[in-house]
Amino acid sequence: MPAIDVNDLTKRYGDLTAVDSVSLQVSEGEFVGVLGPNGAGKTTLLEMVEGLRKPDGGEVRVLGEPVWPRNPRLQPRIGVQLQASSFFERLTAREQIHTFASLYGVGAGPADEWLERVGLTDKAATRVEDLSGGQAQRLSIACALVHDPELVFLDEPTSALDPQARRNLWDLLSSINDSGRTVVLTTHYMDEAEVLCDRVAVMDHGRILQFDTPAALVRGLDAPARITVAPGVLTAAEAAAIPGVQETHEDVDGVVLVTRDPAGVISALAAGDHLDGVTVQTGTLEDVFLALTGREYRA
Amino acid sequence: MRSTPFWALSEAMLRGFLRDRASVFFAIIFPLMFLVLFGGILGSQDQPKVDLIKVGSVPLVDELPEEARAAFDEAFEVSEEDDLDAALTEVRKGDADVAIEQRGDELVAHYTQTDQVKAAVTQGTLRAFVDGANVAATGNPPAYSFSAERVEDESLSVIQYVTPGLLGWAIAMSAAFGAAATLQGWRQSKLLRRLQLAPVSTGTIVTARVAVTLAISMVQLAVFLGLGAAAFDLQLTGSWWMSIPIVVVGTLCFMAVGLLAGALAKTTEGAVNLANFLVLPMAFLSGSFFPLDGTPTWLQRLSDLMPLKHFNTGMLDVMVRGEGPAAAAVPLLILAGFAVVVGLLAARLFRWDSA
Repeated sequence: MPAIDVNDLTKRYGDLTAVDSVSLQVSEGEFVGVLGPNGAGKTTLLEMVEGLRKPDGGEVRVLGEPVWPRNPRLQPRIGVQLQASSFFERLTAREQIHTFASLYGVGAGPADEWLERVGLTDKAATRVEDLSGGQAQRLSIACALVHDPELVFLDEPTSALDPQARRNLWDLLSSINDSGRTVVLTTHYMDEAEVLCDRVAVMDHGRILQFDTPAALVRGLDAPARITVAPGVLTAAEAAAIPGVQETHEDVDGVVLVTRDPAGVISALAAGDHLDGVTVQTGTLEDVFLALTGREYRA
Repeated sequence: MRSTPFWALSEAMLRGFLRDRASVFFAIIFPLMFLVLFGGILGSQDQPKVDLIKVGSVPLVDELPEEARAAFDEAFEVSEEDDLDAALTEVRKGDADVAIEQRGDELVAHYTQTDQVKAAVTQGTLRAFVDGANVAATGNPPAYSFSAERVEDESLSVIQYVTPGLLGWAIAMSAAFGAAATLQGWRQSKLLRRLQLAPVSTGTIVTARVAVTLAISMVQLAVFLGLGAAAFDLQLTGSWWMSIPIVVVGTLCFMAVGLLAGALAKTTEGAVNLANFLVLPMAFLSGSFFPLDGTPTWLQRLSDLMPLKHFNTGMLDVMVRGEGPAAAAVPLLILAGFAVVVGLLAARLFRWDSA
């Protein structure tokens, strides 16, 4: 039985089809990312899966249960992190997580354990308004997990964080499905999806364009690799003579060789003892994303 | 320790209120400042004397019998001036209220209309003294006599009147603002959404908010009555305990007003401003700050449309006018009616999120 089973789900707002007959299955224990530009329909899709919005068409089953209308059997089994600021005003970190624990019928013990697990024990007496962005996100994740749910939704948990705080949070995020918990994450950051997610759904215009592992998505892109060797090691003409090299050009870093057969080209370079300062750049999830959703700017 | 969702929510809301200095100030301290102002300062002052300038010799006053002269001095603070023009200048400048001179047998009063009450007192009192002098001049004893006795309960002093009214304003303000700000704030921070995804019913959330607001209202009632009785000699009459159900139903009614404001507004600031816009004029038109008895009829009819007016009327009746518990019945019914109608309207306009 899949943890999430979405069939032909559709939501329209007037003329705009926010979610356009989406189907998607997430297995138990999977860590899934939903990527897409702003307005792609990620939030609407997630809200329908969480049971906050009524779909115009299609069906959602979560952990084997229908989500609409509001299903009281489901709430204790799912955890949701909506936004860093979804807190009771003027409570301390400890009071905050204890309040959420009480809503789920969980005692103070597990709540304090979660506070420790997200590294906020020394901030327990600090009011939520005085926490840093990263601390607030960690508290908000702890509040979503305090009742040990089987399925967790995290909505852009690392947006508005500096790079250190983001990477710091990754360790926590990658550990939350260790115990077999299913996680659904929306994000803007490709590196984050690549590191954390088992599978990634790329969404745009209300549709899921691709849903696969990050590696498979990059392979599927069929983008050429770019191999750079240090200046003076090789001339452009010599480089172009290597079998499998499609094009070459020189820049300040040296000679760049573009190829679809990086393994063959590197063997040739090795055979000629031309490996000084070599770097290899293959396709990334970001290239997949841009190839799928286009490069034009959308606010 | 494991607490139920209801207690956890109530505790969270109460802590949030107590730690918000502005909320506590506007719910308790600010109205108490008005109580001290009205009850303590205005209430202890007697009607100030009228400043009277006697220009030159005024035999009518100078030759008053001792008893009458004493009464005259009680009404007027007399000073003397020889120059009429100088005296008139003083009256014009507002340093004195009236200047009197005697032209033969005629007593002339030069007064200012700036303070209408003093002007009326001046004219009436002076006329009475002239009439008295006329009677005395005939040599006959007066045919009729006049004496004044207050019918009202002597204890209905300023504090008796202002305590229920200001309490009504304080409760209306904190109940409406609390409901408006919580609803809008929680919607903006998506906490409402978050709670919708927790195993808590909407009923539990609403009940917890109602319980916290009622507790705050009861504290306001206790503080007002305690301070009024301790510091300003507030005297409660027989069925004052009926003020408790009035406060309960009134709080529900004003909460509904706040929920309506919270449902209509798009931001927390907007919700608080809208609640203010509804509550402050209502407090003025409902007699929270001054009695409505002397106001035009249309204003009194308008005030009947304000729930706070009925709250104040009921509180005055049971707390200080000495009426029985039954006097609270009509205000209670009207307040309950307002609460139901406004509450249903707010529920219809309710939205979970701000989008």
